[in-house]
Amino acid sequence: MLTDWPCPSSGALRNGEAVQELVVTFGKGRKHRVLIVPPLFDEHNKFRRQMVEIMRRLDLSGIDTTLPDLPGWNESAEWLGKQDLAGWRAAMLAAAEYFEATHVLSFRAGALLVPATLPGWRYAPTSGRQVLRSLLRARTISAREAGQDETIASLQELGRNEGIELAGWNLSPAMFGQLEEALVDHSEIQTTIDQSMIGGAGLWLRAEPDDDPEQADAIAAIVAIGLSEQ
Amino acid sequence: MTGQAAKDAAEISGEMTDKMAPSREAVDTGLRAILCDVLGLDAAKVEEFDADTGLFGHLPELDSMAVAGLLTEMEDRLDIVIEDDDVDGEMLETFGGLLAFAEAKVIEA
Repeated sequence: MLTDWPCPSSGALRNGEAVQELVVTFGKGRKHRVLIVPPLFDEHNKFRRQMVEIMRRLDLSGIDTTLPDLPGWNESAEWLGKQDLAGWRAAMLAAAEYFEATHVLSFRAGALLVPATLPGWRYAPTSGRQVLRSLLRARTISAREAGQDETIASLQELGRNEGIELAGWNLSPAMFGQLEEALVDHSEIQTTIDQSMIGGAGLWLRAEPDDDPEQADAIAAIVAIGLSEQ
Repeated sequence: MTGQAAKDAAEISGEMTDKMAPSREAVDTGLRAILCDVLGLDAAKVEEFDADTGLFGHLPELDSMAVAGLLTEMEDRLDIVIEDDDVDGEMLETFGGLLAFAEAKVIEA
C-alpha cells in the first residue's frame, strides 16, 4: 500500500522536525520485515518498478517489505538541493526503527545509506565516487554536445564549493563532498548480491526505467531463501 | 623450419598471442554485448550495427547518462581506462568510431 510516514527532515529550515514522506509498504505484521533502500538519483527512477516487483514477490512469500521515500526524493516537498548523505542516513535509520525492520535489501548506492546493524543484502553496491563520476560524465558529455567545454576538475571544484546541478540533480556542497568520500562499508551481516548471481544486465545501464521479471524472481528468491534459513 | 623447431616456434608464438591484448574480434564482440545491455536491444539487432551506424545523437536510448554508463562498462569489461579528455563527439557518434577507440585503448592498456 502507499501511505506516508513521519520522516526526520534535514536542512536548515526544519531542524529535524518530522515531515510526511511517501512510503510503499507491504506491512502485515509478519515475522520478517525487510527495509528496501533504493539507489540514488537517476538509478532510483530506473529501479522503482523493479523494486516494487520484488516487494510483491516477497509479499507472496510471506515477507513484509517497506520502501520509504526520504526528503528530496520523488514527490517530497523538501528540496533535494538542501539534502546530504548524513541526513539521509539518519532518516533511513529512523525508517528502520519506525517500521521495525528485521533485515535490509539495498540496491546500488542505497548501500551507502543502510544502517550497519541490520542484517541483509546489498545488490550491486556502488560507491559515492562512482555515482558522482557517472553524473559528472553525463554533464560533460552533454556540454560537449552543446559546444561547451567543461572539465571534470572544474566541475568538482564547483561542486565542493558551491554545489552543482548534474544531469538535472541538484547537489549541495555537503552532498557533493560526502559522496566523494562515501564507500560501502565492509559488513559481516550484509551479503553482496552480484549481477552475475542473478543473470542478465543491470537495469541501471539503460536510459529508461524497465523491469525484468527473471531478475526480480532471482533477487526475491535469494532474500526469501536466506530468510527461511534463519 | 621443419619438425620440432616449427612446433616450438608455433608454441612460442601461441604463448605470445595469449599474453597480447584481446584480438580485434574480441573487442568487437565485447563492445556489441555492452551495447545490447545499454540499449536493451537483442543480440541480433546489434549484430546489424556497422561502422556507420549512428550512436550518440542518433539513438534516443543513448542519452548522456546512458553514455556515461556505457563508458563505465567499457572500462570494466574491456579493462581499459577512459580519461575525460578522451571523450569527444566523434568517438561517440558511430559504432565504427567507438570500436576504433576501444581497440586503440585495449592495445594501449
